[in-house]
Amino acid sequence: MATYIFRRLLLSIPVLFGILFATFALARLIPSDPCRAMLGEKATDAVCNEFIKRHGLDQPILTQFGVYMGEVLKGDFGKSFRFSLPVTEIIIQRLPTTVELAFSALVLSIIIGVSLGVISAVRHNSWADVVTMLWANIGVSMPVFWLGLMLAYIFSLTLKGTPFQLPPSGRLSAGLIPSPFYEAWNLHLTQGTFVFIAAEFISRMNIFNSILAGDYKTFKDAVQHMILPALALSTISTALIARMTRSSMLEVLGQDYIRTARAKGLKQRAVVMKHAFRNALLPIVTVIGLSLGGLLGGAVLTETVFNLAGVGRILYEAITARDYGIVQAFTVVIAVFFVVLNLLVDISYAYLDPRIRLN
Amino acid sequence: MANTISKLDAEAISLESVSLWSITKKRLFRRKSAVVGMIILGILIFVALTAQWLAPYDPVKSMLDVPDYAGQAQKRLPPCIHLLGCPKESPQHIMGLDGVIRDEFSRLLYGARLSLMIGFSTVTFAILVGTVLGALAGYFGGWVDNAIMRVMDVLLAFPSLLLAIAIVTVLGPGLINALLAIGIVSIPAYARVMRGSVLLVREMDFVSATRSLGGNAFDILFRRILPNALTPLIVQGTLGIATAILDAAALSFLGLGAQPPTPEWGAMLGSERNQVFTAPHLVFYPGLAIMLTVLAFNLLGDGLRDALDPRLANVS
Repeated sequence: MATYIFRRLLLSIPVLFGILFATFALARLIPSDPCRAMLGEKATDAVCNEFIKRHGLDQPILTQFGVYMGEVLKGDFGKSFRFSLPVTEIIIQRLPTTVELAFSALVLSIIIGVSLGVISAVRHNSWADVVTMLWANIGVSMPVFWLGLMLAYIFSLTLKGTPFQLPPSGRLSAGLIPSPFYEAWNLHLTQGTFVFIAAEFISRMNIFNSILAGDYKTFKDAVQHMILPALALSTISTALIARMTRSSMLEVLGQDYIRTARAKGLKQRAVVMKHAFRNALLPIVTVIGLSLGGLLGGAVLTETVFNLAGVGRILYEAITARDYGIVQAFTVVIAVFFVVLNLLVDISYAYLDPRIRLN
Repeated sequence: MANTISKLDAEAISLESVSLWSITKKRLFRRKSAVVGMIILGILIFVALTAQWLAPYDPVKSMLDVPDYAGQAQKRLPPCIHLLGCPKESPQHIMGLDGVIRDEFSRLLYGARLSLMIGFSTVTFAILVGTVLGALAGYFGGWVDNAIMRVMDVLLAFPSLLLAIAIVTVLGPGLINALLAIGIVSIPAYARVMRGSVLLVREMDFVSATRSLGGNAFDILFRRILPNALTPLIVQGTLGIATAILDAAALSFLGLGAQPPTPEWGAMLGSERNQVFTAPHLVFYPGLAIMLTVLAFNLLGDGLRDALDPRLANVS
C-alpha cells in the first residue's frame, strides 16, 4: 500500500509542475498592461518603468517562472496588485467560505445521492425508481445559477412568513459577528505563527467555528444561510451519484453471491448493505471524485448568485481587474486541491479493491 | 455442392447484413427517454430554423422603436397571454418584456439558434483537434504519446469551468472567445477516447494487413482505425454538446460570453438576475430553456450509448 501511495505521489509531480507553468503562462499572456490596469490609464512611462522593475516584469520569462516557482514552494504567492496585500492572506480570508460551501454540497450530495441510488436499485422499476431517475436526468442538466436564483425566489419570497423561509444571500444575518472559537476557548495565540493561521482559517468556516465555540445562535443562522447555496451547488453531483449508485448496485445485485446470500437466509438489509453495497462502492467513489471538479467550478457561480465572499467571487473579480497575483494563486490552489482530491480517490480505490494496488 | 455452399453463405450474409445503424435506430426508438430527448431536440431545431417567422417581434430592437406599437411600452412587463385572461386591448407578450423593453419570447426563440450553434461548433472543434491528437498519441506511442497525454493531464487537472474562465480572461470576453475556451477545455475527453480506440485496434489483423499492403500511417489512422472509434466519439460528442451549452451559458451569465444585445439564454438570465424578486419571468424562462436543451442532449446521448453498446448487441 505504501509503495502504491508513493508511486502515485511521484506521478502527480509532473502534473503539478504543468499546472504551475500553465497558470503562469496564462497570466502572462493577458494582452494588457498590468501597470496601467493597476495605477490607472494616466500613469506616466517613468512610473510604469519603476512598477515593472519592482515587480520583476522586465526579466526574461523563464527567469520570472523560476522566481515564481521558488516563491510558491515557500508558500508565498506574491502580492495582489489591487489590494496591496499578500495573496496568501487573501486566500486565508476567502478560501474557508468556498471550502465550507463545497464541503456542505458534497456531504449533501453523497447522503442524498447514495440513498436515492440504493433505493432505486433495490426497488428496480417501481415508481420510486422511475421518479428518481427522471429527477436525476433533470438534475444533471441543471444550470446551477438558474436553480440558485429560483430557490432564492421560492424560499425567501414565496415562502415568506412560513417556517420554511430562508435568507437569499450572505453568510450570516446582518449584525451577527461570530467570535472565533479560540477566543471562546481562551487560547492565546501569537499572530503569524502556523497554529494561528490554521486556527484563523478554521474560525472563518462559520458553521464549524460555531460548533467548536458552542454558539447555537450563530450555528443556526450560518446553517440557514448555507442551505440554499449548498442545495443548488449539490444538484448536479447528487444526480450523478444517484445514477452511478443505481447502476452499480443493479449490476452487483444480479451476481451469484447475492443469490447465495439470500439463499442462506440473510435478511434483505444485510444483503443490501453488507454484500451488495460494499462491492458497488468503487464506481461510486469514482463519480464522487469526478464531481468534485464540478463542485469547485460551480462554486464560482453559486457564490455570485448568493453573494458569498469566497474564492469564486474574488477570482471572478480579479479576472475582470486583471490582478495577476490573485488569478495565478487561486487557480493554482484550486487545481492543486483538485489533484490532491483525485489522489485521495485513487488511494481509496486501492483500499477498496486490492487488485488495483497489486497491479 | 459448391452451389449449396455459396447459397448458404449468401443466406448467412443476408442474415448478418442488418447494418449497425438500423439496429441502433431500432434500439434507440425503443427507449422512452431517448425518444423524449429527440422530440425536444426536434422542436428546438424547428424553432432555430424558423425563428424569424415564429417570433412576433424583433429580438434585438426595443419595443419603443416599433412603429404603431399599441400598448404603453413598460419595462419588465409581466407575461400577458390573451387566452389566460389578459385584457384584449393590451398587446400579447407570452413571456413579458425585459429590462430594455424587448419581447422576451422572441429573444428566447432566437436563443435556440445560438444554443445549437454553440453546442455543435465547440464540440466539432474539440473532436477535430482531440481525435487528431489522440490518434497521433496512440499510433506513434513513445515520446509523442507522453508529450501529448501529459498536456491533456494538465488540462484535466483544472475544473473545466474554471479553466474556461481563465482562458476567456486571456482572450478577452466575447461569444467567440468563450466558444474557443470551452472547445479547448473539452479536447482531452476526445483525445482520450481516440487514443484508447487506436491502442485497441492498432494491433488487429486488418490493420497489419493494410500495413503489409503498403498503406501509410495516414491511411491506417483515418481509413482503418477512425471508423472503429466512431461509436464512442458519437456518444461522447452528444453528451459533450450538453456540457458545452451549460458551460457557455455559465460564462455568458458571468458576463464573459455573449455580450448584449445578443439573445443568448445565459446572458439574458445574467443581465436580469438582480431583478429575480421583481420580475421572476425574466430569469425563469431562459433558465428553463437552457435546462430543457441540455436535458435533450443528455437523454439522447445516454440512449445512444446504450443503443451502440456492443455488449447488448444480441438483446435486440
